Amino acid sequence: MSEPVLEVEDLRVDLRTPRGTAHVVNGLSYTVGRGETVAVVGESGSGKSVSVLALLGLLPSRTATVTGRAALQGEDLLTMSKNRLREVRGPGVGMVFQDPMTSLNPVLTIGRQLAEAVRAHGESSKAAARERAVDLLREVGLPDPDRAVDRYPHQLSGGMRQRVIIAIALANSPALLIADEATTALDVTVQAQIIELVDRLQEDHGTGVVWITHDLGVVAGIADRVLVMYGGRCVEDGTVDDVLERPAHPYTRGLLGALPDLAEETGDGEVPDLATVPGVPPPPTDLPEGCVFWPRCPVRSDPRCETEQPPLDLVGGPLLTKGDGLPHRAATWCREGDDRWT
Amino acid sequence: MDLTKRAEPERDVLVSARGLEVHFPIRGSGFRRRPIGAVRAVDGVDLDVYRGETLGLVGESGCGKSTLGNALLRLVPPTGGRVTFDGIDVTALDRRRLRELRRRAGMVFQDPFASLDPRRTVAQTVSEPLEVHGLAGDRRERAARVGELLELVGLDPAVAGRYPHEFSGGQRQRVGIARALAGEPDFLVCDEAIASLDVSVQAQVLNLLRRLQRQLGLTLLFVSHDLSAVRHISDRIAVMYLGRIVEVGPAAAVAGDPQMPYTRALLSAVPVPHPELERSRQRVVLGGDVPSPAAVPSGCRFRTRCPDVFEPCPDVDPALQPVGSAPGHLAACHLHGVVGTPVAAEADGAADRPPRAATGSAAR
Repeated sequence: MSEPVLEVEDLRVDLRTPRGTAHVVNGLSYTVGRGETVAVVGESGSGKSVSVLALLGLLPSRTATVTGRAALQGEDLLTMSKNRLREVRGPGVGMVFQDPMTSLNPVLTIGRQLAEAVRAHGESSKAAARERAVDLLREVGLPDPDRAVDRYPHQLSGGMRQRVIIAIALANSPALLIADEATTALDVTVQAQIIELVDRLQEDHGTGVVWITHDLGVVAGIADRVLVMYGGRCVEDGTVDDVLERPAHPYTRGLLGALPDLAEETGDGEVPDLATVPGVPPPPTDLPEGCVFWPRCPVRSDPRCETEQPPLDLVGGPLLTKGDGLPHRAATWCREGDDRWT
Repeated sequence: MDLTKRAEPERDVLVSARGLEVHFPIRGSGFRRRPIGAVRAVDGVDLDVYRGETLGLVGESGCGKSTLGNALLRLVPPTGGRVTFDGIDVTALDRRRLRELRRRAGMVFQDPFASLDPRRTVAQTVSEPLEVHGLAGDRRERAARVGELLELVGLDPAVAGRYPHEFSGGQRQRVGIARALAGEPDFLVCDEAIASLDVSVQAQVLNLLRRLQRQLGLTLLFVSHDLSAVRHISDRIAVMYLGRIVEVGPAAAVAGDPQMPYTRALLSAVPVPHPELERSRQRVVLGGDVPSPAAVPSGCRFRTRCPDVFEPCPDVDPALQPVGSAPGHLAACHLHGVVGTPVAAEADGAADRPPRAATGSAAR
């Protein structure tokens, strides 16, 4: 594999809150290669959004303590000066946030907002920036870009706004695109359009993508690799086929079992109840000792569950991983009934 | 033409809508704020909900599914058509009889953070319907009934004295369901009741609704944009587009053998958690956006985005007709034969509206 676009090592984020220190991200490591899509999945509160905000220095420095290493094309984002970080954000990383209604400025035309991104990282004139804005809008498939550039956000639909935000994120052809629940607020038909768009842009530009979502269906369609987060830790990672079709962690299994599945339910018979994961995730101010998942785990059996944190171990060992040789790992003591563990 | 009844005459209808319309006026900016157009949120809906079934209502945002759910309970006043509840004309009820309807028909709302009063305890919230409808005599009886209701939805009765902020999203939604069940309703409308919950919690609430439906013999209208969840919980599914029901039928038939191009596109856009399947799937990606409900296209309202559009589509407004092999499977689509109202005839009917409302372009 060529040099990775992003290398995150042992990322930790603590937030000071009135209820004590919240350990939101606890030792997260992953890499994103050129043209690769890594999906980060987890439920609300699992730390997935905070982990990328921390990379971009977008957390309030008064309350957040970020440690670890996060190298963007070899350069550590976490120790870089503010000025350098500002330089890097446009051409290095583009970010797409969840809500297309609130991430655009309502009193500026979308052309101005695009031009701002273009001019912040280049010396182009106003006229050239406008031309580039029109080109970008055309690239993301906005109809009638020459006129759309003078419109205000409220004149566009949700799907069109999200296209504008993607255009802004891509204005400086970043090496890495981070999408945080980018399609969650959209209808499925529009979601399909946006996913196709990102897919095409990624093919054209070789952009590395970190796609944060709670929707395992979306993950199946777009990801090369998947990282499952729970309680601020990575509990399982691997290729999309390994994690979704052969999950090794009880939490991943629980998530998949809890999903009503359109593909499986085509018969006429009585539909069985969904499997559920009882209880709720632990508060980050008070994480359990041992395995983060044990208080909700339906199969906990090992005495170490409650006392010792399980390491992220290879499922089946390196020789058994098939395909492109990407490892499948999971952090659990509950390995009974799964003969892949060595 | 009453096709719904003809297809399955033996079934017992609890809630029924005929030609139901909810139009919201768009007013001009002038001093008199005259109506210059209308948002046709619900625009001629014929729908039957059978006693004891779960009917799933799906569609994209803005298609009018929430407004339809509200209109069935008269939470928004219909501007045309008729709704009957157990044979009673809901649109003509006076205030006293409307209150009785409110007892017999409950509602579970989308956002459990906004639909509970933060300054009232769970007990106060759940017992309010009991007081309003005079159902449980004195305070002690009410407290006992609240305990029963909380137990029914899987909450510990000991939490009755707590406030909403002390609960997680899933627990709050259970409180909302307990409140909706307090009047022992026959009919429950769940409007995006699981949309704001996490996956593992969604499953808990879906299972709870199914259990309650069986246990109490409830009739459920499950309004959602989540097709997988709707497929899971529903006996029948109705698909809505721009204020109209465009396909309806048994859940297995609508989800497994969709007959209307819109339903097909909608289903193919739902991502499923199987990488192999996702890679090999043929996706019908619809171009463009949903037209504004203030400027509904003539004839078939889906024609501007339909991949199979042909001659009659702009000229004839399609009616629901029997399709596929399953009984009771209906779709409004000319591909199954051109059935419906010619557009010219429709324009005549529109003549009695304010003159400028007839053309959709006036709405801009």
